Amino acid sequence: MKLTNHYIFRRSLQLIPVLLGISIVAFLLLQLMPSDPAVVVLRAAETPTTPEAIADMREKLGLNRPLLIQYVDWLWHVLRLDFGQSFVTGKPVLQEVMNYLPTTLMLMSCTIMLIFIVSLPIGILAALYRDTVFDQVSRLFAYVGVSMPSFWLGFLLLYVFSFKLGWFSVISRGSIVDWVLPSITLAFAPAAVYARLLRGSMLESLNQNYVLYARARGLSERLVVLQYALKNALLPVVTVFGLNFAHLLAGTLVVENVFALPGLGRFAVQSILNRDYPMIQCYVCLTAVLFVGVNFIVDLTYGYFDPRIRFGKQEL
Amino acid sequence: MSILQKLLDRKLAWFGLSLIAIMLLVSLFAPQIAPHDPLAVDLMKKLQPPGATFPLGTDHLGRCILSRLLYGGQASLSISLIVVMFTTSISLLVGLVAGYVGGKVDSCLMRLCDVFLAFPSLILSLAIVGTLGGGIGNLIFALIATHWAGYARIVRSRVLSVKESNFVQAAIVSGTGALPIMIRHILPYTLIELTVLTTLDISHVVLHIAGLSFLGLGIQPPTPEWGAMINDGREYFRRQPELMLYPGLMLFLTTLAFNLVGDVLRDVLDPRMEQQMQVKTLKTKLENG
Repeated sequence: MKLTNHYIFRRSLQLIPVLLGISIVAFLLLQLMPSDPAVVVLRAAETPTTPEAIADMREKLGLNRPLLIQYVDWLWHVLRLDFGQSFVTGKPVLQEVMNYLPTTLMLMSCTIMLIFIVSLPIGILAALYRDTVFDQVSRLFAYVGVSMPSFWLGFLLLYVFSFKLGWFSVISRGSIVDWVLPSITLAFAPAAVYARLLRGSMLESLNQNYVLYARARGLSERLVVLQYALKNALLPVVTVFGLNFAHLLAGTLVVENVFALPGLGRFAVQSILNRDYPMIQCYVCLTAVLFVGVNFIVDLTYGYFDPRIRFGKQEL
Repeated sequence: MSILQKLLDRKLAWFGLSLIAIMLLVSLFAPQIAPHDPLAVDLMKKLQPPGATFPLGTDHLGRCILSRLLYGGQASLSISLIVVMFTTSISLLVGLVAGYVGGKVDSCLMRLCDVFLAFPSLILSLAIVGTLGGGIGNLIFALIATHWAGYARIVRSRVLSVKESNFVQAAIVSGTGALPIMIRHILPYTLIELTVLTTLDISHVVLHIAGLSFLGLGIQPPTPEWGAMINDGREYFRRQPELMLYPGLMLFLTTLAFNLVGDVLRDVLDPRMEQQMQVKTLKTKLENG
């Protein structure tokens, strides 16, 4: 127990430079802006951009201070979850962002469910019927999955299932049915790849002695496959899944824009088109921190389950 | 030589290579093949179905779809080649130095990689292009900024394992300088991974550019580009799904071709990399749209 705490502590310490780096990149992002932030704020407020007004605004926003002071001040606010106000609506940025979060989380949960429903049976069957037509088809599925642009797939699904067959309505929101097409779009590539990964690790574990022993004991094939082989084959796949979990968040960006879902990704693109810089900054920060946070938790969980990681290598 | 031989023994590689060759040739000779000017707007002939003058019909501005498709690869393929060249050199440099020098330099460089890897690439590039404004230069900058770190990490881990081998240790003991060791003894062993990765990465960068263009932040209209064409076709896709079908198909075939070749290359060079590569491909795919 003591060792585990020590491990958590050590891993948390490693997070600090990364989080600091994230904040620096996010802060510098605004400095990249070609126009003067004071002018942008004034324009958004529809105030005439006279030299005096600009000078006043620069003073008010603290833009005349040295960059380092500005950064520290900004970081201090961010640490208290204050990302400033939206240029467009004038409301606190974080509050706006939180409005969009549930949609994105919902999309991600539906997608994860779908990934498991699809990739488990395909992976198992492809391993059991190795080198048959089914196995080849699952291989093809993986190639197609990683090559398919998700925005294209999204529109193809919309066209076929919404317009041609009329199964799903394009506009109505509010029931679980609305999530079907978006989550298929997002789950397509990961499901295909995880099925392949599971097939590989299933083949490996089917060759192990404990499976041979289980068979020799005369256990039913079903029990051997599900109880003995699958259980052990799942661990490496779940590891990869955990480490890739945060990448799904990036995938929602495109999918939300295809299906016009009011989630974080759609809101980010709108903020960019509106030149609402504090919102972009908050979004980038938030996704990066989520990303790092999820990976951190995943790491800890594996450290818990597999002591070798806890004591072994730090860098991978 | 034998690598090429082995590569050509696979049917999939042939399929992928010929698709790549076709795409490159089409992009290169688009001015000669295309029946019309891809930028010629004619509002009288907008949204026409396929016919004799316009083999695949026209878009919402009356531009020839076939010509736009043929020109569509030019921008994204050339940009992705430039980006991959830069990311490869940067990651080689960072990976070699971090892996060979080690110590403080290594941990500093790796923390830097961690920071860049913490941002999903599409999101960071979106933010960079969004704040800097559109334009090819900014697009290339955003793509390089978001792609180098992952490779640097892979090169570094390779360097670390090669560094332990006897011939490098022998070179160190016999007093060879750090630079010659890095270039002559270690670099060749990192090239295998890098070849596979760059092949696969071209497809990711093409997808990435298309994704950004689809969101209206990549290659700016009127330049023909597949992702942007899909975005243009959005409003009309109920009436004319072809507007989105064809550019998407081109994009799909291009990424498929690079993925196939990358996969066979990986198989030929180092079969043990399979799982690692599959995971890496999925990761970048998810991040890039």
